[in-house]
Amino acid sequence: MLRYLVRRLAQVIPTLLGVAVVTFFMLRIVPGDIVEVKLRGDGGNVSQAQIEVERKRLGLDQPLPVQFASWMAGLVTLDLGKSMWTGNGVAEEIGLRLELSLQVAVMATMIAILIAVPLGTLSALFMGTWIDYAIRMVTIAGLAVPSFWLGMLVILGLLYLFNWLPPITFTSFYKDPIANLSQLIWPALAVGYRYAAVVARMIRSSIIEVLKEDYIRTARAKGLQERLVVMRHAMRNALLPAITVIGLEFAFLIGGLVVTEQVFNLNGIGRLFVQAIGRNDFTLIQGIVMTIAVTFIFTNLVVDLLYAALDPRIRYR
Amino acid sequence: MKFARFLAVAVGLALVAPAGAQTPKRGGLFNFAITAETPTYDCHGTDTFAAIHFLAPFYSTLLQFDLDNFPAVKGDLAESWQVSADQLTYSFKLRPDIAFHDGSKLNSADVKATYERMRQPPQGVVSARQATFADIDAIETPDAQTVIFELKAVNAAMLEHFASPWNCIYSAAKLAEDPSFPSKTILGSGPFRFTEHVRGSHVSGVRFERYFRAGLPYLDGFKGVFMLQPAAMLNALQGGQVLAEFRTVSPAERDRLRQTMNDRIRLEERSWTLNLMVVFNTEKKPFDDVRVRQALNLAIDRWGGSQGLSRASVLRDVGGAVRPGSPFAIDPMELEKFPGFGRDIRAARAEAQRLLREAGVGNLSFKLLNRTIAQPYTPAGIFLVDAWRQIGVTVEHQQQETSPYLAAMGSGNFDIAVDFSNLFMDEPSLGLAKYLSFDLAPDNRSRAIDRELDGLFARQQRERDVPARMALIRQFEARALTQAYQVPLLWWHRIVATHSVVKGWRMSPSHNLGQDLAEIWLDQ
Repeated sequence: MLRYLVRRLAQVIPTLLGVAVVTFFMLRIVPGDIVEVKLRGDGGNVSQAQIEVERKRLGLDQPLPVQFASWMAGLVTLDLGKSMWTGNGVAEEIGLRLELSLQVAVMATMIAILIAVPLGTLSALFMGTWIDYAIRMVTIAGLAVPSFWLGMLVILGLLYLFNWLPPITFTSFYKDPIANLSQLIWPALAVGYRYAAVVARMIRSSIIEVLKEDYIRTARAKGLQERLVVMRHAMRNALLPAITVIGLEFAFLIGGLVVTEQVFNLNGIGRLFVQAIGRNDFTLIQGIVMTIAVTFIFTNLVVDLLYAALDPRIRYR
Repeated sequence: MKFARFLAVAVGLALVAPAGAQTPKRGGLFNFAITAETPTYDCHGTDTFAAIHFLAPFYSTLLQFDLDNFPAVKGDLAESWQVSADQLTYSFKLRPDIAFHDGSKLNSADVKATYERMRQPPQGVVSARQATFADIDAIETPDAQTVIFELKAVNAAMLEHFASPWNCIYSAAKLAEDPSFPSKTILGSGPFRFTEHVRGSHVSGVRFERYFRAGLPYLDGFKGVFMLQPAAMLNALQGGQVLAEFRTVSPAERDRLRQTMNDRIRLEERSWTLNLMVVFNTEKKPFDDVRVRQALNLAIDRWGGSQGLSRASVLRDVGGAVRPGSPFAIDPMELEKFPGFGRDIRAARAEAQRLLREAGVGNLSFKLLNRTIAQPYTPAGIFLVDAWRQIGVTVEHQQQETSPYLAAMGSGNFDIAVDFSNLFMDEPSLGLAKYLSFDLAPDNRSRAIDRELDGLFARQQRERDVPARMALIRQFEARALTQAYQVPLLWWHRIVATHSVVKGWRMSPSHNLGQDLAEIWLDQ
């Protein structure tokens, strides 16, 4: 197991290197210049000489290999560089938003699991009954309704029904839990619903498959209670694919809640990412992509390790 | 005797105070929305309103625009000023006892250091005002309260430029230590002292107790919340989480606020110092041919478009190169004589088709470069495509994000584009500069070279006699609108929504002016 872990961690390095190379050079192909956006984006009549001053300050006058080498040298020491737009450290810019994005992702995941596991299980156990149909309607609606649209409905509902809106600036949970939760519960619900729908459908189909397995028939034949058959034998195995989905969705939520963050005016990684792309802030885009890549890699690793914990047949060598 | 004095004062106050005027109340925290976040703390290095809405409460300028008598200027740090008869010397007397937020005194040396930084930026410092103050020859400070600017040549716009909200006065001592100090630290002498900037979230400030204008500001503090999504901003405005947004709301948003909030919201409207333009790339055929440019310009029904577009967007006023309704603007009757500005659109389009045939491009097709910003670029682009379709021209509407859009504009990789002119005042020297030859004005995206326009611009800029200057401006405008390298489409219309409890804010034709929040108070 330990050897497997070390091997997986070693594989992280070439993966991240590949991400770094592709991200760096792909960005340079895209037309646009951050200095133009910064100094002329609002119609400023700035001279070309001043444009060049700023390009030089940002190191954009250097040949690409030199820029790449400089960035890679920073990466090795975990220095993601400075945002070309704000001049602040990329790690600082990301760190500022990470708490919020992480919290929304965790809350949405918890909501999704709390909804999906019972719904998916009930749907599978009562397959073909009105309970199944009702749950499938709820989950299909969850897949069909975009989170941001649901978020807009939530906001408008709160506004028109209660003349109340969640706070528009972030307060840390450790500073003021009520203010924090009253802001983040709504996006977590909006995102968690879609997330729950995906996971519930996965659990439903997995349980239906598992319930047809020989070992379930054996368990029933030896007189085990149906509750124990489901909980101990069916659920444990049926959760494996669901865990993969939960892991991937969680990693996606860290940087993928672009529109939902806009709707709720959340200062998260997704919004930062879109802003950075709009401004051609190369260093910040690279930093965010690397952060998301690391999140995906480690989430996958955790998922793989959970597989082994849940299914004794799986052994990593 | 005492009663008589009391009566005299009471009568005097009654005469001075306008009917319904209220006594400002001190205190309160003012939350407002800012729809973009500043890229820098350095006022000198930017032109964006995002910097002004963020920074203006923290800084002072030498002069500022008097929004009650726009476009007149009034003193901010300057108590008084004099302009010599030859208009080459500007002397400013500063108010006494001005302090920076760190307690140090602000005097003429700080003003000098600030303007030297803008006109001759040190290595590594970006000044977006370098060209603006190129006419300054020397700055003298005979004493701590006096600053004298000597000009190389007459510049009719100079006094207004001294009132630019981006000319934040910095500490000379701090600049001497580090010329880039303002990009890292906010240290001004404005009505509010900087307390916090949470990037991506908000900026906040508290009242500066030693502010040089006695009794101001009224507010205890403010919080400017960055709200980049219009729907989120509108909800926050309706829900009372923010009490104002000072750039604009769209007509549809205005209608929703009016409908849902009734007298709890104040909606003020005024023509705006911004306009959208149609730019022809004169380095590309057939747009190097004036007949083609005129034909495409003639096809645009500005008067009809004004009616329709003003319901869906912030575009409204038909005007020339100077904002309609401003002191140097062209008379509407005179404007109608220029191609594309007449009211008889059928005749104009017939003439457009004739010109295209004459130019040998009867089956013209091209791409219209535009931005992806919905308000007002998208409706403007659709309007133009439709106008040109009606004279048999095929147009592909290409909308791009700001960065590739600017890249295409900068490199000349476009046929025709929707451009914009973002001004903060009506002074013609500012607005007309965009029409100068490409080698003099990099923001002239048509890439045209026209020395006649350059000459007329220089003459109007140096002209001291107002009627003579007006005549030169008309000549300039006539040349620009007839050659049609780039032409105004429609001028913008500003709609500002503030909660009715917000008092003391003044509407102006520019979203960059009057944003120091000094006189705002909350009636609650």
